[in-house]
Amino acid sequence: MALDDLYREVILDHYTHPRNKGTLADAEIKVEGANPLCGDELGIYVHLADGKVASVRFEGRGCSISQASASMMTEMIKGKTLTQVHALVEQFRAMMHGGAASEDDLGELMALQGVRKFPVRIKCATLAWVALDQGVEEFQATRGKVEAKASSDK
Amino acid sequence: MLADTLRADFPLLSRSVHGKPLVYLDNAATSQKPRRVIDALVRYYSDYNANVHRGIYAIAEEATRRYEESRAKVAAFVGARRPEELVFTRGTTEAINLVAYAWGRANVHPGDEIVLTEMEHHSNLVPWQLLAAQTGAALKFIPFDGQGVLQLDAFERQLSERTKLVALTHVSNVLGTINPVREIAARAHAAGAKVLIDGAQSAPHMPVNVADLGVDFFAFSGHKMCGPTGSGALWARYEILEAMPPFHGGGEMIMLVQLESSTYKDPPHKFEAGTPNIGDCIAWGEAVDYLQAIGLDAIRAHEVYLTSYTLERLSEVPGLVVYGPRDLTRRGGVISFTLDVAHAHDVAQVLDQEGVAVRAGHHCTQPLHRRLGVSATSRASVYLYNTERDIDALVRGLHAVRKLFSPRPTPVHQA
Repeated sequence: MALDDLYREVILDHYTHPRNKGTLADAEIKVEGANPLCGDELGIYVHLADGKVASVRFEGRGCSISQASASMMTEMIKGKTLTQVHALVEQFRAMMHGGAASEDDLGELMALQGVRKFPVRIKCATLAWVALDQGVEEFQATRGKVEAKASSDK
Repeated sequence: MLADTLRADFPLLSRSVHGKPLVYLDNAATSQKPRRVIDALVRYYSDYNANVHRGIYAIAEEATRRYEESRAKVAAFVGARRPEELVFTRGTTEAINLVAYAWGRANVHPGDEIVLTEMEHHSNLVPWQLLAAQTGAALKFIPFDGQGVLQLDAFERQLSERTKLVALTHVSNVLGTINPVREIAARAHAAGAKVLIDGAQSAPHMPVNVADLGVDFFAFSGHKMCGPTGSGALWARYEILEAMPPFHGGGEMIMLVQLESSTYKDPPHKFEAGTPNIGDCIAWGEAVDYLQAIGLDAIRAHEVYLTSYTLERLSEVPGLVVYGPRDLTRRGGVISFTLDVAHAHDVAQVLDQEGVAVRAGHHCTQPLHRRLGVSATSRASVYLYNTERDIDALVRGLHAVRKLFSPRPTPVHQA
């Protein structure tokens, strides 16, 4: 088990220079995620236009894996429809739980594959994704502004 | 140094992890076990495994004798007046729950108050939350200051005739603070309240005498003091135990059982329903012998020295913040810290790769961490077998963490 598998350069880059950090006043989807086990907390804000993710921000604190994963996620979902977002979340979760992963779909998220070798850290990687998925789901159920709270993957 | 001669007693300390010698610095979670404790456990199962207080045959009598001898050793270890004041439990958590259920339900009423502190482990917080919810009692919390020291003037104001119990930790499992238990107990008693001490982090590391502390209940664990997991105890003054209703009902704790009612044995057996944890409790007695042969004063002195060395070495690491008192006479060998460049989990992960075992997270003290304004800390905690070399390895590991998480050049593709 080499540490390099966990802390890939792209992860450290996103951790030290998080993309889309902050909040959005006009977010239709606002969701909080928490991992009670380690105290990681984050908030995700999604603003939609024409049924697609127009802008997205995240805020919070946590370990390098949870923060880098959230940062990468914000980059990946921009311009996608909510159906596409949900599909991406499913692909990502499948990869983190040992399923096959395609670089065409997941891009630099593939870097998080190494986390699988460190089982206690998998929840760190999925934290933002579980929260986003719950926010999307609740938005679709209500078709209005939603504020949701999610806890990390079981 | 004390540890140099003792290390060989602990088989596990000679192993390596990830190709590096193991540096075990998570003693606040559990301690390692000396060979003689492991042997005592094996001896019970291979030589005289039998249920206690029942069989009229040789090995049952031997098991009973050794189990009760162990009780006497553990009781004397904390200064009990008699062995019957010591109830074996699975650990500190069960001991505190025993008081919350058996004593609490009988003695705490609506409008009563229980005073805790902001630095309690969840095991000395959640049982009281449950009791308060059941009985309509209220909880109050003694705050701590920037050095992690309890503010006794606030405590004084919280005490009243409504206060039924003051329950606090002897030594904080995060800040390392040694609380002024004797003084707090005296003030609590003056207000007519009982006093419970969570001794999980004190009993293994310093001389403890319950009479000297002047407390009513003292809960502690065997596995943090070289004993097996699943061994723990509640000490309480005999009159209190005698007046308390039972905790668990079942075999072993009864005198006469009829279909509608039963009468109970005297303490401590009243509180030990069912087959107890015989082997672990006997082996815990062996751990007590081991620690007493070394001397708790010597162990405390070793830890004071090592804590001072650790604090000094950690001050060399840029961006590192240590929590808790600076005054070594007021702190134990639990050292929690944060590092600016990396989250506690990342710190622990990198240290693990260097063979260094520390704890990362909230250490079962979420309110305390909220009070500190951090979501997680890393924690190194020392014991009798740790050396300066262990601390040197920790510091080397922390420099490796800093290097790995040092700021990257700003990416060109950033929006």
